[in-house]
Amino acid sequence: MKPEQIAAIAHLARLSMDEAELPRYQESLARILSFVGDLEQAQTQDVSPMSHPLPGLVQRLRADAVTETDAHELYQANAPQVAASLYLVPKVIE
Amino acid sequence: MSLHTKSLAQLADGLRAHEFSSVELTRALLERIETHQPQLNALISVTGPSAMQAAAVADGVLARGGGGPLTGIPLVHKDIFCTEGVRTTCASRMLDNFVAPYDATVVAKLKAEGMVMLGKANMDEFAMGSSNETSYYGPVRNPWNHKLVPGGSSGGSAAVVAARLAPFASATDTGGSIRQPAALCGVTGFKPTYGRVSRYGMIAFASSLDQGGTLTVSAADAALILRAMAGFDPRDSTSVEHAVPDYVAGLDQPLTGLKIGLLKEFFEKGLEPDNERCVRAALAVYEKLGAKLIEVSLPNLGLSVPAYYVVAPAECSSNLARFDGVRFGHRAKDPKDLLDLYKRSRGEGFGAEVKRRIMTGTYVLSAGYYDAFYIKAQKVRRLIANEFERAFGQVDVLMGPTTPTAAFELGSKTADPITMYLNDIYTIGANLAGLPAMSIPCGFTQNLPLGLQIIGRHFAEERLLSVAHAYQRETDWHTRVPPGYE
Repeated sequence: MKPEQIAAIAHLARLSMDEAELPRYQESLARILSFVGDLEQAQTQDVSPMSHPLPGLVQRLRADAVTETDAHELYQANAPQVAASLYLVPKVIE
Repeated sequence: MSLHTKSLAQLADGLRAHEFSSVELTRALLERIETHQPQLNALISVTGPSAMQAAAVADGVLARGGGGPLTGIPLVHKDIFCTEGVRTTCASRMLDNFVAPYDATVVAKLKAEGMVMLGKANMDEFAMGSSNETSYYGPVRNPWNHKLVPGGSSGGSAAVVAARLAPFASATDTGGSIRQPAALCGVTGFKPTYGRVSRYGMIAFASSLDQGGTLTVSAADAALILRAMAGFDPRDSTSVEHAVPDYVAGLDQPLTGLKIGLLKEFFEKGLEPDNERCVRAALAVYEKLGAKLIEVSLPNLGLSVPAYYVVAPAECSSNLARFDGVRFGHRAKDPKDLLDLYKRSRGEGFGAEVKRRIMTGTYVLSAGYYDAFYIKAQKVRRLIANEFERAFGQVDVLMGPTTPTAAFELGSKTADPITMYLNDIYTIGANLAGLPAMSIPCGFTQNLPLGLQIIGRHFAEERLLSVAHAYQRETDWHTRVPPGYE
């Protein structure tokens, strides 16, 4: 893996990373990807991918009814920046 | 007998007989926490005043002859469970200032039983780690030897129970995070079947693997807690609608005719001779109790760690996308635009191991690599789950070591991620297949505890607990207290 690839993954993952940090992740990601490369050994023709550990379980749906009450003040108490009940972020439209 | 070495059942009886009050018990344990926390660093928050209030309420209920078997008994919650009005950090700088606006279902259920929360346990950051060294709040130290790790990610919870600071601590297990610290700290760790305990309000790491469970001194104590903790929750979309049996009533089932599968792959390379000796001695106890040992082989089990380190990071990269510095959590100062806000808030808020896993997950899910890594790992997951299913056609439970070694020195495995990941080589299989599994103390090597792992069929919690209980009636490993904590 090249440093540019690490920088590209960090960008996709929305993680800031300075030049000095890149070699550390370059080395450990290469180690991890080589380790998980062992999966190639497994014979998986005709095996379906397993995304959920319990057989036959389907995602449940709930009734289409309002269950939440307005608790925005409680939730926004944890927000870094709020004004007029709105979450504030840097300007996105010029 | 001091209050802190009593079993849950003894505490319940004592409270009901008014031999001591919940206020006295709570005060005694808070004093122990004050004494031992500086060495152990097992807790991130201690909630003394609210604990004393809850204990007084419990005493009122008990005085009127009300309450249940857990009323007035103190606990500690792993800091991954949301606790209303109490800081919930997941051991991350990202959530250093986060006060949960609601209780996790696990927290609400045990609160409704009248249990008293003493504080929140330290852990690996976002439950990613096997040594508790990734915590933003510093590592937890093993009560058996302060130079050693307690295991992880539920290292704080395991240390709390081992040091007898609380009779029960909640925990979570994604790849071994309950069983591995249980083994390394000499306590009983129980990971139920996937979907058995609600994940609502339990901060998500890898949603198809995460499961809440217990750290206690004994299997009998675990049965008491699990009976109150398990059950269907409409607020968790993967919670299973499956009746909760009375785990306490089922504890004394006889072992006669029990077929125990010995996992051949667990006794091959990498297992320390002392671990093998202790596990074999435990198996001999089971034989004496009437069980039959049968060797079974799961040829693809060796691929469980590689499969896990694709599936878990993939799910983690998706779950942790929610931490964006906008609605809650850490926010970088003076962002120049929205992208800078996201990137620096996450770059500053997450520690190195969490970032490593997010990046691994992002990579294996990206175009061009998805089939080669993610789909392949999901197929291997299926192979491993199928092998477990076939084994359970022959035997009732599977047994083997919980870990390849006893507790190791702080800092000794942090340089290389793979060395650390391989600590979970025996525990990850049960998570991939969603099976219930536990670790119970089965001996010592150089004054350090070792664990026996027991894995069961889906929803066989009752059987697992009775199998563990039968062993704990014959042996006293689980009652050993680390020197200095008696």
